[in-house]
Amino acid sequence: MIITTIGRKTSRSLEAFGRFWMFCLLTTRWMATSIFRLRNWRLVMPQLYEVGNRSLPVIAITGTFVGMVLAIQAYDQLHAAGFAERMGVLLNVTLVQELGPVLAAVMLAGRVGGALTAELGTMNVTEQIDALRAMGSDPIRYLVVPRFLACLILCPILTLFADICGSLAGSWIAVGLKDIPYEPYSYYTMDAMTKWDLGVGFVKSLIFGWIIGMVACYKGFHCRAGAEGVGRACTESFVATFMAILIVDFFIATFSTGLYKVLYGFKSLV
Amino acid sequence: MSGEPAQLDTTAQGDGAPIVELRDVSKQFGKLVVLRDVNMKFRKGETTVIIGASGAGKSVILKHIVSLLKPDSGEVYCAGERIDTMTDRELVHLRKRFGFLFQMGALFDSFTVAENVAFPIVEHTRRSKSNIAKTVAEKLAMVGLDGLQEKKPAQLSGGQRKRVGLARAIALDPEIILYDEPTTGLDPIRSDVINELIIKLQRELNVTSVVVTHDMASVRKIGDRVVMLHEGEFIFDGTPKDMETSDNKTVRQFVEGRAADEQLAGIRLKGKP
Repeated sequence: MIITTIGRKTSRSLEAFGRFWMFCLLTTRWMATSIFRLRNWRLVMPQLYEVGNRSLPVIAITGTFVGMVLAIQAYDQLHAAGFAERMGVLLNVTLVQELGPVLAAVMLAGRVGGALTAELGTMNVTEQIDALRAMGSDPIRYLVVPRFLACLILCPILTLFADICGSLAGSWIAVGLKDIPYEPYSYYTMDAMTKWDLGVGFVKSLIFGWIIGMVACYKGFHCRAGAEGVGRACTESFVATFMAILIVDFFIATFSTGLYKVLYGFKSLV
Repeated sequence: MSGEPAQLDTTAQGDGAPIVELRDVSKQFGKLVVLRDVNMKFRKGETTVIIGASGAGKSVILKHIVSLLKPDSGEVYCAGERIDTMTDRELVHLRKRFGFLFQMGALFDSFTVAENVAFPIVEHTRRSKSNIAKTVAEKLAMVGLDGLQEKKPAQLSGGQRKRVGLARAIALDPEIILYDEPTTGLDPIRSDVINELIIKLQRELNVTSVVVTHDMASVRKIGDRVVMLHEGEFIFDGTPKDMETSDNKTVRQFVEGRAADEQLAGIRLKGKP
């Protein structure tokens, strides 16, 4: 009995996993074939506005407060150790490599991912997706590709925006409130920040954008009937995206740190 | 013609050439068997009405006709081409020949009425904006809604939404129109407007129509042919006149709008008739 139940659940999970990757494959195929047509880019523009412009306040607030909290908490320890002037190094590397991409992605998963799942889920249960197919249009090309592209393009841009907000807010705490001299603060920061740090942050945010777009659209497309089905799909979408972001972040961090050591050796931030 | 409880062979009747054909189609959702080896030919230029209880699988038949659903077994043909094995890409040219009116209209919420009606034209043709606007106005006029182009679906009544859905369904002048419960949820007057529209489209565009409905007034008014689906099988096939004189118990219940005693037993009070 237990073995049958486990077997059934495993089979269902594998089936859902296969469906998800098939969905990704179809989206990639449609993207490759439709990316060069102007009329398809017209579908992307409203999504860029929806994902980007409307997320700016949330991302700005997230970045700003994360930068300030980080500066407040790091100051006492670094000051006691005599490294207060190097606080910008810790602050900015942490922001650019880790907190910026992860927190921006989590905020986007909540704001954009949830909205995308709800929108597509509602379209699904009200037969709008069936209507598209019945009229000879492919819903993946028409609905998924523009939303997915918007997430993929804008997640790195919004992450950079969060990084800038956090960096400026952290500098304000350090230089403005804690009276760390500006010259050494900026010198050490610029000296320690490398293209590598920016690259790791960029790669992370790109992958997080991929996860948000794909999971949100998939969950919306495969939600069950009724308001309950849409609500459940939104919750599942956020939880799955959030977990995937944290797990993938761990693997990228492990891989990038190892690769950095192989290429450049150990780097001390202080 | 009166039906027997056993499934009928509905493939060999009438004179018109079949445009859509279902051969031994079976469909199951989980443990629920919806269609059992169903055979059916829909003939060109004819309005076929599919009746049957809620959940009998009427909408499932419509979705098989445009390949929105694939049969578990059996074959579906349209104009001689087997369509159940086609991919979505291969189906594009075929789906342009269909118009589909969904139960709730299935209008795109974010679009205006004009954008909804123009959608299939924009997707499948390269007409100019002015030409599209003219066609949209024509189609909306056909369903009596010209002038509502800039409204959003949320601003329309249920009947208006269905009529906009109908205007969208006929935007590309389809050969076959599928109606999924076109009058459900509408008052008798609005239902009659929809029925008249279906008849008008039939006359003006000479289309083949397949209508799924529970509304017996609609059946009598618009149907050239009536088929009844019961427990996954067709149990009746004939004209609306045949339906009125059928001695099949299930058909009679539908015609008279009367539930069987055993179906009412649970809700009748003890000691009361």
